[in-house]
Amino acid sequence: MSYTHSVTLDWEKCIGCTDCIKRCPTEAIRVRNSKAEIMNDRCIDCGNCIRVCSSHAKKATTDPIEMMADYKYKVAIPAPTLYTQFKKLRNPNIILTALKKMGFDEVFEVALGADVVTEYSKLLVQEKKVQLPMISSACPAIVHLVQMRFPTLIPNIMPVISPKEAIARYARNHLVKKGIPSDDIGIFFISPCGAKVTDTRDPEVFDTSMVNGVFSMKEIYLYLVPIIRELGEDEVEVLQMGSANGIGWAAIGGESTASEVYNRVAVDGIENVINILERMENNKLDVEFVEALACVNGCLGGPLTVENSFVATNRMLKIRKYLQFKGKTRDLNILDSSVSLDWDRQLSNKQVMKLDEDMFKALEKMERMEALYETLPQIDCGSCGSPTCRSFAEDVVMEHARIEDCIFMLREQVRKMAEDMVKLAEKLPPSIRTKGKGGEDE
Amino acid sequence: MKMHYDVEGGEFINVGTASSQFKKTLKMLGIGADIIRRISISMYEAEINMVIHANGGSIDTEITPERIHVVLQDQGPGIENLDLAMKAGYSTASRQAREMGFGAGMGLQNMKRNCDELQISSVLGEGTRVEITVYLNQES
Ligand SMILES: Nc1ncnc2c1ncn2[C@@H]1O[C@H](COP(=O)(O)OP(=O)(O)O)[C@@H](O)[C@H]1O
Ligand code: SF4
Ligand SMILES: [Mg+2]
Repeated sequence: MSYTHSVTLDWEKCIGCTDCIKRCPTEAIRVRNSKAEIMNDRCIDCGNCIRVCSSHAKKATTDPIEMMADYKYKVAIPAPTLYTQFKKLRNPNIILTALKKMGFDEVFEVALGADVVTEYSKLLVQEKKVQLPMISSACPAIVHLVQMRFPTLIPNIMPVISPKEAIARYARNHLVKKGIPSDDIGIFFISPCGAKVTDTRDPEVFDTSMVNGVFSMKEIYLYLVPIIRELGEDEVEVLQMGSANGIGWAAIGGESTASEVYNRVAVDGIENVINILERMENNKLDVEFVEALACVNGCLGGPLTVENSFVATNRMLKIRKYLQFKGKTRDLNILDSSVSLDWDRQLSNKQVMKLDEDMFKALEKMERMEALYETLPQIDCGSCGSPTCRSFAEDVVMEHARIEDCIFMLREQVRKMAEDMVKLAEKLPPSIRTKGKGGEDE
Repeated sequence: MKMHYDVEGGEFINVGTASSQFKKTLKMLGIGADIIRRISISMYEAEINMVIHANGGSIDTEITPERIHVVLQDQGPGIENLDLAMKAGYSTASRQAREMGFGAGMGLQNMKRNCDELQISSVLGEGTRVEITVYLNQES
């Protein structure tokens, strides 16, 4: 059940502080031997640790750009966030043209995928095929969070594939129909985050992604800047196919706006999302739709973006306004009703927090954990390498840590030892022992 | 396995802390999602009631392989007419509690619907004891 996540540690840069362990929403990080260790089965790739690490020792790994060379026909599918990364730029066609100049044979927008997913989700809600309140399935970090920490809410997740996956399926289907062999087609997603990398490499609800590689938006940005600078106005091709609403999905509230649900909550930032999910679990959230994105300001705040997410939000509004009056869209239809947007299988309950497969043993471990926790200082100092005293107790019981790793427990043991030593030291040899002093049973 | 929680009264902002912690424990024990959902909803409602109607109290939980048992005890005003209190929409919640979004009068109904056994005993002027039981062996 272990999956290969995208967020990894730069061993050289990590100084072994406790910043990241404290901010991880699934308690997936421990500091061991002065380095942070990410627990594979617990990481949801939310990117929180990337943002808090002042040594820049955490990164979201993506595929190398050289991977393009492995395919004859190269297709870029940019996330709409890309459009907001360039100063003074309003027209998505400029960016899409620049992608072609960079070496892609074709570009199809994830925003178009978002348009289709919007319509399909509306249909599912109308046909009452979903359990309210619906939680958006757009952010893979949130889907993983629900699988791990909120398994009771799994049935509430919108059972639709993501816009990225949708557009990749349409793109491949369209190109194959045009006569290009599928093996020659390389589809590359330009991503704002590591969560989408993991979601591509190891999808939860179907076997294989139609996306061949995932590139970092930061990296692509560096390629595009000089191309856009040189690009003449007459060179700009009309390539845009997604609507303003589809593009708007990148910002928090965008998906809700697109699907016109009025009774909704749009929540961004992983801690805020957790609060809302807690409420939902207590049956205390009387809404129809929960749009939840792990990053502050939605995908515009993704860890692989370049621009400040508040500035990007402003730019998104300007792009939407531009599209309303001056937008030009491409005259091509690649949508095809034979392409499915459904999941092939249900989301699993990951239960990574579980202490033992056997409930008897789990209970026994929990009892030991609670007993140990009572003896700890309960100040969550983090110097043991676990995020809280409670998680340290868990780590000890699970044999991932030793009790002496807690400096307070260590000090306590040293104190006891010192006392014993003093007692021993007071025991004089019989030759110099005087009556009533230093002897044992006198 | 037993656990104890003290619940402060008058603290409307963080209400539900004990339920939330207990929920985490249940997840660590690998208890089924539906059971967790039912016990959390019931316990949360009872915890809120203790805070908004009885100025806090204490919670004792016991988990065995057969069942989850939660006892909520308070020294509040007690419930005058239990049948009336059980009715949907009946509420004596203060204006302050209502302004905070509590007091829809659905709590006891919700508890009854979600747990397997609900026992309430209450003495006017002395307090209320709520016992919630959910059996574990129903879910495969
Ligand atoms: N622990 C308690 N102590 C005193 N009164 C209670 C307690 N729990 C419930 N009640 C009474 O029962 C009524 C109904 O409870 P409930 O169904 O939870 O609705 P609500 O809490 O919204 O008022 C409350 O308004 C209150 O009068
Ligand atoms: S909010 Fe968007 S950018 Fe951030 S993790 Fe989720 S999908 Fe990725
Ligand atoms: Mg109530």
